[in-house]
Amino acid sequence: MGDLAQAQAAVAEAFRSDWGSVVAYLIRVTGNWDLAEECAQEAFERALERWPRDGIPTSPVAWLKTTARNRALDRLRRAAVGKAKLEEIAMTAPAARGHGEDDSGIEDDRLRLMFTCCHPALPVEAQVALTLRTLAGLTTPEIARAFLVPHETMAKRLTRAKKKIAEARIPYRVPAAHRLQERLRSVLAVIYALFNEGYGASAGDELIRRDLCTEAIRLGLLLAGLMPDEPEALALLSLMLLQDSRRAARIDGDGELVTLEQQDRDLWDAQRIEEACKVLDRAVRQGRPGPYQLQAAIAACHAQAPTAAATDWREIALLYARLSEFAPTPVVSLNRAVAVAMADGPVAGLVLVDELEQTGALSDYYLLPATRADLLRRLRRDGEAAAAYRRALELVQTEPERRFLRRRLSEVSSERSRSSALPGSSPSSTRPS
Amino acid sequence: MRYALLVCFDENTELSEEDLERLEAEFMGFQEEIEARGVLVSRERLRPTSLSTTVRVRDAGLVVADGPFAETKEQIAGFYVIECDDLDDAIEIAARNPGARYGTIEVRPVWEI
Repeated sequence: MGDLAQAQAAVAEAFRSDWGSVVAYLIRVTGNWDLAEECAQEAFERALERWPRDGIPTSPVAWLKTTARNRALDRLRRAAVGKAKLEEIAMTAPAARGHGEDDSGIEDDRLRLMFTCCHPALPVEAQVALTLRTLAGLTTPEIARAFLVPHETMAKRLTRAKKKIAEARIPYRVPAAHRLQERLRSVLAVIYALFNEGYGASAGDELIRRDLCTEAIRLGLLLAGLMPDEPEALALLSLMLLQDSRRAARIDGDGELVTLEQQDRDLWDAQRIEEACKVLDRAVRQGRPGPYQLQAAIAACHAQAPTAAATDWREIALLYARLSEFAPTPVVSLNRAVAVAMADGPVAGLVLVDELEQTGALSDYYLLPATRADLLRRLRRDGEAAAAYRRALELVQTEPERRFLRRRLSEVSSERSRSSALPGSSPSSTRPS
Repeated sequence: MRYALLVCFDENTELSEEDLERLEAEFMGFQEEIEARGVLVSRERLRPTSLSTTVRVRDAGLVVADGPFAETKEQIAGFYVIECDDLDDAIEIAARNPGARYGTIEVRPVWEI
C-alpha cells in the first residue's frame, strides 16, 4: 500500500472509530452542536490533506480533536460578536465547561452525548437519529435511508431536535445518580435500536451496517463498564453479543437470510457466545430480571443448543412467559406461542395464536397468519393452512419472506408427498435469525 | 434560564371538600418549597374556563365570544415562572408540583429578552 492509500485508510479508520469522540468532545467545549459537527467534518477533511504529506499522527484521535477545536476557535473569533463571543470565552476559559467530570463522576464525552441524545424530552425517532448522526457519524441521507423517510424529513427532525436541545436547554451531562435509572431506559432502547439497524436484513451498505453493530456493542460495553451494578446494561450487552455471534451464519452465499434452525452452527462465534454468557451470568446474579435479561436468556438458550433439535423449547416458552410480564406486547405473545408449539406440539401453540387473533392486535402483521399457517401445516390441515398463507402473503412486505411463504403455499396446495413435509419442522420464519 | 410550568388538568373533576383542602395544602407546600429554593419568578392561579372570554380582531372587526379558545380535555389551571439552570432542573421541579399527579405540567422555555 502506498503512503497515500495508507493515509486514506487511516483517515477512514479514524472516522469509523473516533467520529463520535471528536463530536462529543467539541460539543462539550463549544456547547454548539452544529459547530461541533461542522468542525469535526473539517478536521477529517484536513486529515485527508495532511496525513499523506506529514504522516499519520501517533494519536489520530488527539490530532483530530485539537484540529477540530482550533477550527471552532477560528470560526468563533471570526464571528466574534454576541453569542459567538460568549462561546469563545467559555471555550478558552481555564476550566472549559467543567473539563471532564460532572456530578455523575463519568468522564466519557460519548456517554454524556448519549444521555443527551436519548433525553426523553426529545421524540424517540429523533433520539435514534441524533445518536446515529453525532455518535456513529452517519450522514443525514444515510439515516433517512435507514428509516425509509425522505431526506428533508430527516433533516428537519435532526434540526428540530438540536434546536430543542439548545433552546430548551437540555443539559449535556450524564444525569445525577437519582435520575440515572429512568434515563437509562431510553439509552438502552437507543443502543439496541442502533444495533438492530446494523443487524437488520434490509438492503444497504454492509460496511455502514457492520459499523453500527460495532458502535452499539462498543457503547454497550462502555455502559456496562460504567454501570456494573445495572443488570439491564449487562443484559443488553450480552443480547447484542449473542446476536452478533451468528452474523457469519445468517446470510447464505446468495445473500438470502438463513433461519436460525438452518444455520450452520459451526459458523457461530463460540468465543463471543461464551463471553456473552459470562456477561449474562453477571446480570442474572444480581437477581433483578428485566426485559433485556429475559431476551438475552432466550438468545442464550438458542446459542447453547448444539443442534436446532436440541433446543430447550420448554425453557424458552417459560422465558417468553416471563418476558411478557415486563413487555406485554402481542409480538412477545406470538413468539411465546411459537415456543409452546415447539415444546408441547402445534395444537398447544394454535390455542395461543387463536387467543391472540381474537384480541385483534397484530391484524396487519404477516407473522400472525404465517405462524398460524405453519402450525396448521404441521397438523396436516392443508386447506386451512393454504388460506392462512394467502392471508400472510397479502400482508408481507419483504421479498425473501414472500418467496418463503410462496414456497410453503405451493407445498400445501399441491398433493404433497407425505415424506417431504417433516413433522418436526418448525415455523421457521418466526424464529429470530 | 426561565421556564413556564403550565399546570393543566380537567377542571370538571369533582373534588370533595377534603380533597380540595388537601390539594390546597399541597400547592401551598410546593410554593413554599420553590420560594425557599429561590427559583420562583411568578405564579398565578387561573379561575375556571367557564369565566373565559375570547377576543379576536379580524377584517370584519372585533369578535368577542364566550368560553375558552379551544375545547380540550385538560385546561390550564395556573402557571409558574421559574428560574433554573436547565431543563432537567425544570423537569424535577415540575414533577414536585401536585398538579403533576392529577394532570399534566407543560414545561416551556420563556423567551429571554
